[in-house]
Amino acid sequence: MTAPARAARPSARRPGPGGWAVLDSLVVLAVAMLLPFAIVVLNAVKSPADYSSNGPLTPPAELYFQGIIDFWNRVDFGLKLWNSFVISGSVAILAVILSVLNAYALGIGRVKGRMWIMVVFLVANTLPQEALAYPLYYLAKEVGLYNTRTAVIIIFTAIQAAFGTYLLSSVLGAFPREILEAAEIDGAGRWRALWRIVVPISRPTISVLLIFFFIWTWNEFFLPMILLTGNDNQTVPVALGVLQGQRMMDVTTSSASALLGIIPAVAFFLIFQRTLTRGVTVGAIK
Amino acid sequence: MAVQAPATRPAAVRRAGRTPRRRGGYRLYLLPSAILFLLVIVVPFLMNVGTSFTRWSGVGTPRWIGLDNYVRLFGDAVFWASFRNNILLIVAMAIVPTIIGLIIAVALFDYIGKRFGARPASLLRAAYYLPQVLPVAVAGVVWGWMLHPSYGALNQILESVGLGALAQNWLGDPDLALATVMAVMVWFQIGYPIVIFMAGLQRVDPALYEAAEIDGASWWRRFWHITIPQIRQEIFVVLLTCTIAALKVFGPIFVLTGGGPGRATMVPSYFSYVNFFERADVGYGSAIATVLAIIIVVVTVFFLRFQDRSEGEAR
Repeated sequence: MTAPARAARPSARRPGPGGWAVLDSLVVLAVAMLLPFAIVVLNAVKSPADYSSNGPLTPPAELYFQGIIDFWNRVDFGLKLWNSFVISGSVAILAVILSVLNAYALGIGRVKGRMWIMVVFLVANTLPQEALAYPLYYLAKEVGLYNTRTAVIIIFTAIQAAFGTYLLSSVLGAFPREILEAAEIDGAGRWRALWRIVVPISRPTISVLLIFFFIWTWNEFFLPMILLTGNDNQTVPVALGVLQGQRMMDVTTSSASALLGIIPAVAFFLIFQRTLTRGVTVGAIK
Repeated sequence: MAVQAPATRPAAVRRAGRTPRRRGGYRLYLLPSAILFLLVIVVPFLMNVGTSFTRWSGVGTPRWIGLDNYVRLFGDAVFWASFRNNILLIVAMAIVPTIIGLIIAVALFDYIGKRFGARPASLLRAAYYLPQVLPVAVAGVVWGWMLHPSYGALNQILESVGLGALAQNWLGDPDLALATVMAVMVWFQIGYPIVIFMAGLQRVDPALYEAAEIDGASWWRRFWHITIPQIRQEIFVVLLTCTIAALKVFGPIFVLTGGGPGRATMVPSYFSYVNFFERADVGYGSAIATVLAIIIVVVTVFFLRFQDRSEGEAR
């Protein structure tokens, strides 16, 4: 059947002039999408004098790293990276553990009222952070956790676990029962069955969650900005966003700050690319 | 570990697995999250609803004023302006990316992927997706720099190609600021629907297209009658998640415009932030946040209902 169909449409597998036009316009669009990245990189390594005389599009006359160094020292960028890393890493691990425990009870244990519990998690996941922000700010002050990384870790562990529970419960709902029954007959308790059997078998989904939680927490802005006012505790997006909001930077420090914000995000993307594209679609369909 | 009893009497395992007593054991696994949720989400949300009925500066005792904040809200021109802006941001963050994303995804999958191979298609997809990996605040920093009125790259580029007359104060002109923010958000969002839709297209049975092609259906008819219905679920998910994201949008507004100039780019989330932390009008801010939360939950329920119904019809 395919042979005559193909014969009837000789162009089916070969790009004609129209095909090249489609490709060209898609490439032009891709270049337009990437242009801001290129311009940021180009000008982050350009001296202010060079910028003002030659503009943003020419390659730098000579590589100039002073803007990046100045900005790095000014915001203590190494510390900001460390803060982001500690917060995102802790949240990813803790939220995955909670998601696994919840999903074990909901997906495999099928506890009573699990529909309603799932609804609560789903609503928690969609609530705007603005509707929690002031009480969280107030409570954090009351218990002495204001302006600490611990406060942000606790809060985002809850928020990410809400999504993780939702996703993982439906995955574990389809977990093969025979394996669990066999384990039970072998004398494995529920706790051991979870860690020795369920977790290893669900590792692909769990690793997607781990990476997602890390990156999502890294990217958060609103609540970390409210809770972390001290220079010692701020994350990368908070430090950059607040500085930009104050509009107190000159041209090359500004592009240097943009570059320093872009690099970790793009690095994560390149490292985790496969897991991410797999995960984006898993998350969407479940 | 208190629940190993069934394992010692395997004969009873199967039936025991369905008794409520055994299920009760699983509840313990929910306990840590239950406590955390109570403290981090349930209690703060109820506190927020509670303070929305009070006048409170954040210190001292809140004073009960009933529904006054909500009455004030409905007469507040800034609140309505923030809503209008938010609807325009839904257009920029959900509707436009979905439409453009569909066209690009189909072009990549159907055309580039089949005629030029999988590699160019996935490279192009990665290029479109790249802005999505940025923290939204960093995307704001990038564009805040690009669009700066005096030294920003965009105006400089326009001048260097002889279009200096088109240079604008992109974020500082009240007539332009929202359109500029919308354009930035389209740039930021577009990769997400493309990735989701391309994954969806891979699921569609090629036999459907082959049959339609033999029947002489035009490209447009195949797109409308096969592609769209087949990836309907993905379209719903993208519209829902992007609409919610647009309703919550805060970072780009904070970084790019601070809601201004005037109230040109004010959105509800930023308006509540201003009342919480700049005007110390916590009760009013809480009322705005509560209304926003209700709208988001209603939109979510509406979408999910609609999706259920259309799935039912399809069957």
